[in-house]
Amino acid sequence: MSERNDEPQTSGELQLVSRATHLKELALRNLFLLCAFVAVIGVLLIFVFVGVRGWPAFTEIGVVKFLTGQVWSPSTGQFGILPMIWGTVLVMVGALALGTPLAVATAVFLAEIASPSVRQIVRPAVELLAGIPSVIYGFFGLIILRPIVAEWSGGLGFGALTAWFILAIMIVPTIATLSQDAIESIPAGIREASYAMGATTWQTIYKVLLPAAKIGIIDAIILGMGRAIGETMAVLMVVANAPVFPKSIFAPLSTLTTAIVLDMPYAVGLHRTALFGMAIILFIVSMLLVAAVRFLSRFGQEF
Amino acid sequence: MDKRLANNIALGVLWVAAGFTVLILFALIAYVFVNGISAISLRFIFTWPQGVDFKGGIWPTIVSSIYVTTLAMLIVTPVAILAAVYLAEYAVQGRLVQSIRFAADSLASVPSIVMGLFGLALFVEAAGLGFSMLSAALALSFLMLPIVMRTTEEAIRSVPQFIRWGSYGLGATRWQTVSKIVLPAATPRIVTGIVLATGRAVGETAVVIYTMGQAINLPISPFDSGRPMTVHVYLLATEGINLNAAYGTALLLMVMILVFNLGARWVSRRYRKV
Repeated sequence: MSERNDEPQTSGELQLVSRATHLKELALRNLFLLCAFVAVIGVLLIFVFVGVRGWPAFTEIGVVKFLTGQVWSPSTGQFGILPMIWGTVLVMVGALALGTPLAVATAVFLAEIASPSVRQIVRPAVELLAGIPSVIYGFFGLIILRPIVAEWSGGLGFGALTAWFILAIMIVPTIATLSQDAIESIPAGIREASYAMGATTWQTIYKVLLPAAKIGIIDAIILGMGRAIGETMAVLMVVANAPVFPKSIFAPLSTLTTAIVLDMPYAVGLHRTALFGMAIILFIVSMLLVAAVRFLSRFGQEF
Repeated sequence: MDKRLANNIALGVLWVAAGFTVLILFALIAYVFVNGISAISLRFIFTWPQGVDFKGGIWPTIVSSIYVTTLAMLIVTPVAILAAVYLAEYAVQGRLVQSIRFAADSLASVPSIVMGLFGLALFVEAAGLGFSMLSAALALSFLMLPIVMRTTEEAIRSVPQFIRWGSYGLGATRWQTVSKIVLPAATPRIVTGIVLATGRAVGETAVVIYTMGQAINLPISPFDSGRPMTVHVYLLATEGINLNAAYGTALLLMVMILVFNLGARWVSRRYRKV
């Protein structure tokens, strides 16, 4: 907890200020530390309040039965969340597969190709895309995209495919802005060397810049993955929520987040506990992704 | 293949990708705008919803949304700014700072429904605040904290070092330097961060749905419940009762968020040269 600050500042060996001022400075410093510590307190509180309520799900239902049970049927007391885990993974993987190429291409365009005036339109557009509320994406997906998918597949249009399109759009800003930063942080000399060897812009991009920015781009994709796993409202509005293994990408499914939102109003007892258990799993996964990014970034700095 | 041809094709693809991204944004905005504009009127903004199909206006949901985000902003701003002051001006790199940064990054990536359940468990139930503006604002403030903290820290770090030396040279203490020199110089960028975080909070649904409640109510005290615009859009759209009102609410929501984002941009551009 105690950190020493050895920079020579106001109150060193020489008594430059009065004792009262010195004490005031010290008190303020500790107040600021406390404020900074609120973030840590927040994380601990989430663990305590979501974790404590969800904990019985692991003890009473059993860790294995809870995590790998294939039937979610609260009315008959069966709380297997594997269908929802599968739904979450299915939706996330598809969204990443569609969204990543678009996002990385946009990032490369912004960093290497766009003229300043074009960049001044595209970059704010990408950032605005991140600011649009997820409920509006969901609304758009429900009213516009779902009927298109329905006509195409012959079903109702609720399901993984519609969620992929919507989520892919939603993760583009996250991946694109972070990847752009990664590409732009490559020293100019590396580009100049490549061009001096007679490489074209495209050769420089895919043989020099993308490999050099690899770790930053992977970080961006991991954070996009976190966004896709945690996204709630937009997915909720287009998957039609059925806690089963979907037979196709046009069939209704549930993810962890959508099941929590839909069941929460009426869930009691062990059912409610199981929902909190799902929430703590989501929280731990999102923290692990953040930890992975930090680890990778540090790993990247060593080279 | 000729390398120039390959180059041209690849660059063409990149242009198309970026163009597509921009196109999606404009398609979204145009779609909400075209469908929502006919629903918007002064009556729609300033009257209450009537009956089972929510004819009439959405006034209580607008007030609820603005109320809760303002409250969250007031809660988060002092804490986040002082936290950023610590990280930028006082802290020495070490385990403590690393854990604070890790915690902030974790908070920034918490799935919004998890934050909603956290708010339900802690503020609504354990603290006994019930479904209220205050419960929702407290839950939202944890979501906004990392955003304001990060932008404020960057703002403080971008203040040139020699300004601080000047202050110390005149005999100012560290707090005097921070409060009278550094923070005023960093204010425009701090405001940008706060506005961006507030824009994010206005659009949040999953955090507030189980902390504020869903009943249509005009909140007066912080302990009143209400229904924000986002939840109103969600309920109207999924139940399909009154799509026209859903479009109108979505459009107002979108306009608010565009105003927040463009406003933040304007503030940061206007003061960039100062």
